[in-house]
Amino acid sequence: MSPLSRREFVAAGVAAGAGLVIGFYLPHGEKVGQGSFSPNAYLRITPDNKVTIVVARSEMGQGVRTALPMILAEELEADWKQIEIEQAGASTLYGDQTTGGSASVRTTWDPMRKAGAAAREMLISAAALTWGVPRSGCTAQSGSVVHAASKRRLTYGELVSKASTLPIPTDVTLKQSKDYKIVGQRLPRVDTPSKVKGEAEFGIDFRLPGMKYAVLSRCPTIGGKVGNFEDKESKKVSGVSYAGKISDSAVAVIADSVWGAMEGRRLLNVSWDDGPNKDLNTAAVMESLKQAAAKKGVSLYSAGDVSKAAGRHISAEYQLPFMAHAPMEPGNCTAHFKGTSCELWAPTQVPQDCRDSVAQAIGLDGDQVKVNVTLMGGGFGRRLEHDYAVEAALVSKAISGPVKVIWTREDDMRFSTYRPASLHQLSAVLDGAGWPVAFTHRIVAPSISGQKGQPGPNGIDPDLPDEAAFIYGVPNVSLEYALAETPVPLGWMRSVYALQVGFASESFIDELATAAGKDPLEYRLHMLAKDQDIQYFTTTWHTARMRGVLKLAADKAGWSKPLPAGHYRGIACFGCFASYMAEVVEITMENDTPRVHRVVAAVDCGQVVNPGILEQQIPGGVVYALGNALRAKITIEKGRVVQGNFDDYAPVRMDETPVVEVYALPSTESPTGIGEPSVPPLAPALCSAIYSATKKRIRALPILS
Amino acid sequence: MADFTLRVNGSEKKVSVAPETPLLWVLRDTLALTGTKFGCGAGLCGACTVHLDGEAIRSCSMPVSQVGGKSITTIEGLGAKGMHVLQQAWIAEEVPQCGYCQTGQIMTAAALLSKTPNPTDEQITQAMNGNLCRCGTYERIRKAIHRAAGSGGNAGATP
Repeated sequence: MSPLSRREFVAAGVAAGAGLVIGFYLPHGEKVGQGSFSPNAYLRITPDNKVTIVVARSEMGQGVRTALPMILAEELEADWKQIEIEQAGASTLYGDQTTGGSASVRTTWDPMRKAGAAAREMLISAAALTWGVPRSGCTAQSGSVVHAASKRRLTYGELVSKASTLPIPTDVTLKQSKDYKIVGQRLPRVDTPSKVKGEAEFGIDFRLPGMKYAVLSRCPTIGGKVGNFEDKESKKVSGVSYAGKISDSAVAVIADSVWGAMEGRRLLNVSWDDGPNKDLNTAAVMESLKQAAAKKGVSLYSAGDVSKAAGRHISAEYQLPFMAHAPMEPGNCTAHFKGTSCELWAPTQVPQDCRDSVAQAIGLDGDQVKVNVTLMGGGFGRRLEHDYAVEAALVSKAISGPVKVIWTREDDMRFSTYRPASLHQLSAVLDGAGWPVAFTHRIVAPSISGQKGQPGPNGIDPDLPDEAAFIYGVPNVSLEYALAETPVPLGWMRSVYALQVGFASESFIDELATAAGKDPLEYRLHMLAKDQDIQYFTTTWHTARMRGVLKLAADKAGWSKPLPAGHYRGIACFGCFASYMAEVVEITMENDTPRVHRVVAAVDCGQVVNPGILEQQIPGGVVYALGNALRAKITIEKGRVVQGNFDDYAPVRMDETPVVEVYALPSTESPTGIGEPSVPPLAPALCSAIYSATKKRIRALPILS
Repeated sequence: MADFTLRVNGSEKKVSVAPETPLLWVLRDTLALTGTKFGCGAGLCGACTVHLDGEAIRSCSMPVSQVGGKSITTIEGLGAKGMHVLQQAWIAEEVPQCGYCQTGQIMTAAALLSKTPNPTDEQITQAMNGNLCRCGTYERIRKAIHRAAGSGGNAGATP
């Protein structure tokens, strides 16, 4: 997610939680129906007993349209079957609506619970007043308030007019986890039936009457510009109505069909001004990382003094390439510019950024831009950008009508914002028994946020605080960050820096265990043996919780039991986005290629809101991470991204997919993220298994390069 | 531009489009059947899978001029009388995450079951390997196909 936003978001989330119960907010500034009850922006109950819960985060497959309403419905004592879901667009009512950083449940847990609880208390009061009985004799149950003594019952719908006249409580008692009826249940996702019927409307499916379609020709060289263009051939294509430059680096071709626009673009003759990066290639990028490594870095974390540790010194260097998100639904956005206003239908993780960037690009005020959030065919961080929305608005303005901009797969691959390439210098000092007494990890990478003009304090990319913790009890630790520069566009990709940091750090731990002649599980458990709190930026990590997931994964995987001949396994653990994750990967080797058969994943993410969704997200992250580990690599030649489609950037298919078993540690701690934490441990656990099989240490991803 | 009469989900549709237009865009843009998805435009991901006389094909790579009189079935027409057994199985196994690729997955699976009513794991992998899912739902897809095969019913039936 946008890291600056994350911090504001946490603060805003808390503020919204408090603000929710002191004022009447109406979603989108629209009037709700006469007599309806809407004590806060997340909830609306109408006299016909319809309970509508507003989801202010974006659904990209991670289940927020189900999970977030469950949290509110729990405190409301609602009947889940009567809940209807409404998707919020960009708004000022919900704090930061950025969907990322595995943060939706983590940061709306309190506001959603308080919103539900406040409404519940008001409905109980309304019933007590209606019946003229003491409030203490009334309880909320499954969408009604019940007076047990007189066996009377009123539905929430019947209570809304009275409830709407009551003051909103400022201090409500939240339920205890032992009393949960909805949270923790394996409820079916609300969006499943429409998705299997083909009725679900993704951004690319949205249509407006009279809408045109646009495909853009963008300068293929990073940082380059449009020179001249000739559209004579394009305009011969049936349905092509317009071709025009819409920015320094792009020409839009507009037609009355997607195919017409694509054909028009194919026949467009553009000369490019390649600009300063025309000789850039991947080797030069990696060289610049090495140069940056020689510079003094900044400290992310330190304990003790690594320079004073004595013993056996071991060091290694790791590196990772650029990667692309490649969600199944290519970039798109529909816009309708109407002179003094503009409305967008965007598959976006950042509706508010879309609103603000579009307003700036087309010269309107933010409140003149309305952003509707559609379903997304995957996000993985790619839709934390708003480039597609700005393009759509600019084209709509240029043609004074509604238009949908569509990116092709090649556009998505070549004009993405990439997971930063990185270099990792690790060193450790082992004592006489082989246990580490010092651990140093120097992370060399360009800054995603820095490139976007938000470098963060001391130049530390604001994502690193969520994604680079070292959660072991080693007496001397130094985590450093050396900033590199690159013109290659950077973005936040599922688990962000945690993938790089986790791969390097956990692989190196595996090297240390090997050097010490110890089992990699035992080695880690030794470093986690003592209960210890590790404060890393604003998160307090607990060695006990990491120990818990490591033991659980090892136990379920049968770590101590022998494997069939030719099978090998590896283990790794990592914490990010406040969740703890351990994975055991079991492989065979076939012609020097690892084949992953089984992954056992254990997570501690606090209270699980919906185990069914957790059991989707964690294997999903594992499969995504497997693709990253095996083949994901974006390379640059002559300033241009080489890869274009799913042939040269090949995700995992069914034949490579392992069985993934998921175990969650029971917990009543506040919930933390599950969308990303299963990504980082996969590659180091896999490479550990490969080492077991081959005695070859893989220090650069992808494995099959 | 040329006129074509297409047989889509059991009814005739007249369209006037450029002959080389891929069937995908005729379905999506001209006929508003948006359950069929655009993923790669190159026959690499399977999101655009529809049936042509019961065969699973990539509609992004099939010019409309080559369809002729063959019967086209899209996800909207797969369960002509209620939901297809595969769609029910997809719900029972909670397969979709983002859901974008799932209509193509279901169309490929339906073509598989129509020929191979009780596929082995290997047969499922072979049939489904051309369909990408970036959410990584493959093992649930496998389970859903087995579930649908086990339930018999109208597996593989197309209108």
